[in-house]
This record gives sequence, C-alpha cells and structure tokens, in this order.
Amino acid sequence: MRIGTAKENYLHDAALFDTNVQRAWMVALAAALLVLPFISGQYIGYLVCLVLINIVSTTGLNILTGFTGLVSLGQAAFMGVGAYTVAILEINAGTPFLLNLLIAGGAASLVGVVVGLPSLRVKGLYLAIATIAASVILHFVFANWTSVTGGVSGLTMPPASIFGFELVQPNQVYWIIMPITVVMLFGAANLFRTRIGRAFIAIRDRDISAEVLGIRLLRYKLLSFAISSFYAGVAGGLWAYFFRVITPESFPLMMSIFFLAAIIVGGMGSILGGILGAVFMTMVPEILKMMVGVLSPIWPDAVAVMSPVRIIVFGGLIIFFLIFEPDGLAEIWRNIRRFFHLWPFRT
Amino acid sequence: MDWLFFSEIGLAGVGSGGLYALTGLALVLIYKATRVVNMAIGEILMFGAYVFMGFSAGLALPMWAAIPLAILVTGLMGGVIERLIIRPMLGESAISIFMVTIGLGSVLVGLVEIIWGANPQRLVEFMPSDPIFIGEAYLSSKVGYAFAIAAVVLGLFLIVFRTWRGGVALRATAGDQAAAYSMGINVPGVFSSVWVITAMISAGAGILVGSIGGISPNMGVYGLSVLVVVIVGGLDSLLGALIAGVLVGIIETYAGAYLGGEYKMLATFCLLVLVLVVRPYGLFGTHEIERL
Repeated sequence: MRIGTAKENYLHDAALFDTNVQRAWMVALAAALLVLPFISGQYIGYLVCLVLINIVSTTGLNILTGFTGLVSLGQAAFMGVGAYTVAILEINAGTPFLLNLLIAGGAASLVGVVVGLPSLRVKGLYLAIATIAASVILHFVFANWTSVTGGVSGLTMPPASIFGFELVQPNQVYWIIMPITVVMLFGAANLFRTRIGRAFIAIRDRDISAEVLGIRLLRYKLLSFAISSFYAGVAGGLWAYFFRVITPESFPLMMSIFFLAAIIVGGMGSILGGILGAVFMTMVPEILKMMVGVLSPIWPDAVAVMSPVRIIVFGGLIIFFLIFEPDGLAEIWRNIRRFFHLWPFRT
Repeated sequence: MDWLFFSEIGLAGVGSGGLYALTGLALVLIYKATRVVNMAIGEILMFGAYVFMGFSAGLALPMWAAIPLAILVTGLMGGVIERLIIRPMLGESAISIFMVTIGLGSVLVGLVEIIWGANPQRLVEFMPSDPIFIGEAYLSSKVGYAFAIAAVVLGLFLIVFRTWRGGVALRATAGDQAAAYSMGINVPGVFSSVWVITAMISAGAGILVGSIGGISPNMGVYGLSVLVVVIVGGLDSLLGALIAGVLVGIIETYAGAYLGGEYKMLATFCLLVLVLVVRPYGLFGTHEIERL
C-alpha cells in the first residue's frame, strides 16, 4: 500500500483503484488505447488485437481456475464454440455483431455448464482430464458435423459491419475488440466485489468449508463454468471476426494449455495477472521471431530452429514460473510497485 | 457379420492394449509413489524412441546395444528431470505439478525437433516380419511380438515389485510417505528411482510403439490415450492399468475398424467421460475419503 493512503471507510477498501495516481494512469491508458489504431501500422495493430482477444479468454479461464480453483483444459474448445456460433450467425442470419457475440457467449456457456456438470463429483486432476475429454469431443464435432461446421475445411465468413461500414483491417476490427475487452475486464474485476465472486474464492480456498458456510457448491461451480465459458465464447467470437476463417484446427488442445500457461505465468487469482500473462505469452513468440530476423544474417539456420525453440521456451516458462515465482508476473509487478511506494524504506 | 475379421480386429486390439498397459503401468507407478500425474509420459516415450533411432540408425549400433542404451539414456534423463524439476515442486498442489509436467512435455518435443527434426521417421526393423496366425486369424507380427514383449516385461515387473526390497520400499512409500520415511526408507531415493524406472519403461514402450507405427514429435498424443487408460483403471491400481489398457486397446481398434480412424480418440474419450461420471476413481482405484 502506498504511504499516506489510509483507507477510512468500506468504500475506499472495496474500490478498484485506490489512489488518484492510479486513476490518472488509467486515464492515460484509455487515451493510449483510443489513439493507438491511428498511429500503429498493420503489424502492431494485428498484434494488439491478438493480445486483446487472448486477454478476454485468459481472464475467463482465470475466473474458473485462478478464482474458483477448477482447472480446465477446455478453454480453446469453448472459444471454438463461440467462433463457430458467430460464423454461422454471420453467414446465415446476418444479425448485428453485438448480438452474435452475446449469443456466442451464451452458447459457449451452455456447453461449459454441461462440461462442468461432473465438477461436483470430480475435482482437481480428474476435472482437468474431464475437460480434456470435452475438448477432444468438441474437436470431433467441429471436424465431422459437416452440414453445420463445414467439416475439416471450416467456414469462411464476411467481416463485421457497423452502419454499413465493413471492418476488414486489424485496425478497424480493433474498434470492436478493444471496447468489449475493456468492458469484460471491468466486469471480471467487479465480479470479485460481489457475493458471487466471493463465493468463488471461498470455494477455491476450501470447498467443504464453503459448503458449510451456506454456499451451494453445484450452483456456484456451474456458475463459474458458465461465466468462464462466456468469456471464452466472446473471445472466440472476436477471434472469428478477426481471422474470418474458422477450421477445427484453429482451436487445438495446445491453445487451452496456452491459456493455462498464461494464467500461471501472469498470476492465478488476479485480474492483472491474467492481463500480464496474456500479453507476455502472446509477445514471447513475436520477440523470438524478431530475434530470428536479427540473427539470420549471421546464423542461417535460425529460421529452422525457430519453431522448436518456441515450444521449448513455452514449456520452460511454465516450469520456471511454477518453480520460482508461483504467483506470477503480477507478484513481480506488485513488488516493483511496492519498492517505489515505500521508498526510501525497504520491505 | 464376418467373424474372422471381427476376431482379427480383436486380436490387434489386445496387441495394442498390451502397449497401453505397459505405459499405463509407468504412469500408475509414478502416481502411486509420488502422487504426480505425469502428463509428459507420452513425450518421454517419444524421446526414448528417438534416442533409440539415434543409436540404431544414426550411430548404426547393433540392436542388442542400441535398445539397452536407449533405455538407459532415457532412464538417466528421467532421473535428471526428477532432480531438477519435480523435486523443487515437492509439497506444491497437485495441479501445479500437473502443469509442470505439461511444460516438461513441451520442452521435450522442442528438444527432439531440434536434434532430429520435425518430420515423421521410421525405426530400423528389428522384429521378424512373417505374419502370425492364431487359428485362422491373422495378426501383424509386429503387434504380436510387441504384445509378447510387453506381457513379459509386465510379468517380470510385477514379480519384482512384489518380492524385491526396493519394490517393498516403493509400496511403503505409496502407502504412507511419512511413516515410510520414519521407518528408515529413503523416500527421496524412492522418488528418484521411480522416475528412472518409469522413464525406462516408457522408453521400452516407445521403441515398441515406434516400430509399429513410426515415430514423430507428435507421438506424445499417445500419452493422452494412456491417461485415459489409467483413469479408467484407477490412478493408483496396477491391475487396473493392465485391464483398462487392454480394454481401451480393444475399444479403440474396433472403433477405428468399424467407424473410421477419426472415431478412435472419440471412443476412448467417451469411455473416459462415462467412467468419470459413474466411477470417478476408476474401475479398481482407491476411493479417497476427504476429511475436513
């Protein structure tokens, strides 16, 4: 806590941002988000959109895994449900994108609830394995329900449009992705100031004690699954608007592991952690690509080694953070902040 | 219905089930002794197969040297993994360790791709290739011999596990770590040796699996089917792994033969969902009672 910011009443204590400095930074960030698409090129715009989509999905998984303690390896499959829903609606019905995204979230959360049903009987590892099963089965459905999903070749959909204006380039789709991401992040942050969010945390800390305290386990675990998959569904919908080609291979099991890795690296049970983790894990491959670009004149094999090195770095980051910094980047960030806030004192 | 075809498929299913049982045994051993579900088992298996390829094709060693060397090297790697990655995670939540092994799997895939490249390869033939007939039913010789080898290894292992001092130490550790420690059993030593042994078993299974279907860095997917095997059989039951291994092998092969290759994974995972819903602790697993 910053020196000289005593919390004098409950409102202060529950506030999302506790100092004016923090609020000022948020305003600056908002301004930066609004200006960004005008100054960024194609590549930066593409990266930013990808990062934002991953942030939505990672935050959803964080609600389920980081805050409720239910490990899921089905996040990518739920995203797939959302993406296919959006694509089918956009191709066949042509409904407005906001409605499509809502329906996509709804469809994904329905699937999520069905997958979550075993969560009362099985937990921990068994639940993780049940969600692997769910993602294998969903992948099968995507690949073989040809009349609806287009089978292995997938679906190609038209771009989203606002008032007849089509959003094709990353810097244009950004105007859908960015506001929705911000709204969903605030939604997630506020969720944990409500009874529902607190119930999730109680379940994570000790589910039997939570039940003794009067929290209906089944209802809240399923609710957590529903909210988390809603985020995944919306993220999948945004993904669909962004790439506009959806195949069963777009959402592999590896992608679910990516999201789980993102919350581990970022910090479980922290909204900031989900954001940092998603940004970091999305940027690492890009930074590796840049390094290859720098190295390839000196070392011609760099391009060939790139893909395996990326896999190694991905796994290595998971191992490194779990062993050395289980609270993730969010904790590192907090330590840095604490250092400056308490200066000249030491922690 | 063609009964001959039916029984041939069944035989092939039992054959591949033997390999599932062997790998499942490795997974169950680790779980029993250290309470770690090793998601990297498929990747360790793949690594073993690639090391074998490195010795047999790369260095052109004869079979009698290449196979034991590959198994030894993979076992050594298992020990190193335990010391470097799993030991520091001691006492962390099961989920964290589960994630560490997923990370480990990814690192192994990357290593193999750097050393041997990403393309699928074939192993040097070392099993006789004349077909086996049981009654009238045809069985591919590779599957048959792989099953025989797997069965012999499994049998040997079960005997050793029952009688040898180390096996008793392992079972004591599985029963109660603290009690085993206070009775003078070197629990960290047991942990290390379990990782070494299971890595060796997986390497052996990897060589057999690879000699049937070829090897590729994606071979780790095999680990998913093995995961289904041990969940169906019960995570801490050796007998369960054996029976479920054969069961999953048969179901998978029948689904592949009668419905098409893409139904293989679907069938095994539907079985998994069924078992999780009806008997979450598996067919033979211990039903753990949770106390406050």
